[in-house]
Amino acid sequence: MPLRTEPVTVNIGPQHPSTHGVFRMRVTFDGEVVLDVEPVFGYLHRGSEKLAEERTYTQVITLTDRLDYVASMTSNQAYVLACEQLGDIQTPERGRYLRVIAAELQRVASHLMATGFLLNDLGAFATPLMYCFREREKVLDLFEMLCGARITMTYLRVGGVFQDAPEEFWPALKRFVAEMPHYIDEYEQLLSENEILLARTRGVGVLGTGEALNCSVTGPVLRSTGFAWDLRKVDPYEVYDRLEFEVPVGEHGDNYDRYKVRILEMRQSVRILEQCLAQVPSGPVRAEVPQLYRPPPGEAYGRVESPKGELGFYLVSDGGIAPYRCKVRSPSFINLTVLRDLLVGWKLADMIVTFGSIDVNMGEVDR
Amino acid sequence: MTRAMRGEELGPHIQAAFPQGVERWEGGSLWIRPEAVLDVARFLKETPPLAFDLLNSITAVDYVEHFEIVYHLTSTVHNHKAVLKARVYGRELPSLPSVTSVWQGADFQEREVWDLMGVAFTGHANLKRIMLWEGFPGHPLRKDYLEPPR
Repeated sequence: MPLRTEPVTVNIGPQHPSTHGVFRMRVTFDGEVVLDVEPVFGYLHRGSEKLAEERTYTQVITLTDRLDYVASMTSNQAYVLACEQLGDIQTPERGRYLRVIAAELQRVASHLMATGFLLNDLGAFATPLMYCFREREKVLDLFEMLCGARITMTYLRVGGVFQDAPEEFWPALKRFVAEMPHYIDEYEQLLSENEILLARTRGVGVLGTGEALNCSVTGPVLRSTGFAWDLRKVDPYEVYDRLEFEVPVGEHGDNYDRYKVRILEMRQSVRILEQCLAQVPSGPVRAEVPQLYRPPPGEAYGRVESPKGELGFYLVSDGGIAPYRCKVRSPSFINLTVLRDLLVGWKLADMIVTFGSIDVNMGEVDR
Repeated sequence: MTRAMRGEELGPHIQAAFPQGVERWEGGSLWIRPEAVLDVARFLKETPPLAFDLLNSITAVDYVEHFEIVYHLTSTVHNHKAVLKARVYGRELPSLPSVTSVWQGADFQEREVWDLMGVAFTGHANLKRIMLWEGFPGHPLRKDYLEPPR
C-alpha cells in the first residue's frame, strides 16, 4: 500500500528568533520542501505616516529614527532631503560631508548586523554575531560623540546636521578607518571561504536581475544579481559625485552573493570615509532654517541608498507646519515582495537563511 | 544623475498612444485617467525609448474631494524617472485597475494603499489588508478617519 502524504501548513513566527523581529510566515510544506509561503506582517505597525501628519517637520525626524532602527542615520537623511527639496534649501558643504560620514558609518553598522545575523540563521550561534557587534559598537561610539545617542540618533536636521562633530570625533574616526579593513579581512578569513557557509549559501535562493527589478527589489539584493544599481552612483545626492567608490555586484544572485556584496560594500564605505576625512571643509554645518519650518505648498520625493535599498520619502506640503502626507517607501517592505518566489521549492532550513539574507528590518516593514 | 521626465515631456508620448488616457499635465505633473492606468503602465514599461522597468513606489494622498494615486517610476535602462498621478472620486469604494500584472512590485504596495487609504485595485489577485487585521473599522490614513472611542 502506498504511503499517503499530504501538504502541511505550518505557522512560523511572529515570535521566533530567526524572523528578525515580529514577522510571520504561513508556510505549506510537502515534507521538508516549501510549496507556498504567505508573509504576514503588521505586528509592529505604529502608524508612523499618520503620526507624521500631526507633527512639525522637525519632530517627524524622530519618527524616522524608529523606522529602520539599525540604520537611523539614512532614514533621517532620506527624510531631510525630501524636506529640503520642498523648500529648496541648500545645505552647507561641511554639513553635507558630515551627513555622508554618518550615512556610511551607518551602512557599515547595518551590514555588520546583517552579516552577523545571517550566520546566526545558519546555525553559527552567536560567535560571528559577537565579532560583528564588536565593530558595530565602535560605530555607535562614534555616533554617541556626534549627537549623544546610539540608536535613535535624530542627528540630521532640515538644512544640515544638529551640531558640528566634537574635537575627539576626528581622531576616533581616523582610527576606525584605519582599523576597519583589518576587521573586514578577519570576517572574510572566518567566513568567506568557510566550507559550511559555502555549502549552505552557494546556489541557494537564486534571484535573477529581471525578476528582482520586476518586484521593485533594490539595494544589495538587487546588486547581488549582477546589476550595478546604486543611487549613490546613478542619482548622486549630497557629495557622492565627488567621491570615488565602486559598486560591488554579485554573479549568481544567491545567498552567498548577498552576503559577499555586503562585505564588499563595507570596504567601499571605509574608502568613502577615508576620502571624506581628507576633503571635509570647515564652515557652518547647518543652514538657517526656522525651527517651525513651513515649506511652500508642493510635493517632493527624496530618496537615498540606505543599507537595505532605495529608501524614499514622498512628502506633500500644504504650506502648514506639518506634512499633509508623508509616505515612506521602505526598501525592507518592498524587497519582501520577492520572498515567496525565492522560497518556493527550497527546504525549511534554507528558508530561514534566505529570509535572513534579504536583510529586512521589521520596524521599517511595518512602519 | 537620474533625469526627471516632466509631465510636459512624457504626456504627449502617452497621448499619442492613448488619446483618451491622459487627463492633463501641468507644472511637471501628469494626470492619467484612472481607467487607463493599466494600459498606460504596460505602454510605459514596454516602449523601448521609455522602458520604465522599476516601479519605485505607489501611494495615495487623500485630498478630501478626491484621492490621488501617485506612481513613481524609474527606467534603469535610460536612467530617467517620472511621476504619474491618477485621481479617483467618491469615498464609498473608489477603485482603479491594479498594475500588478505589469510590475509585480505593486503587489504589497497596492495592498497597503487599500488597507490604509481604502482605495481598491481591481484585478489584484489578493487584495486584503496588510498592516491591520481583517475587520479593522475604516482606513486610518484618510483625513476623515476618527479613532474609535476606547
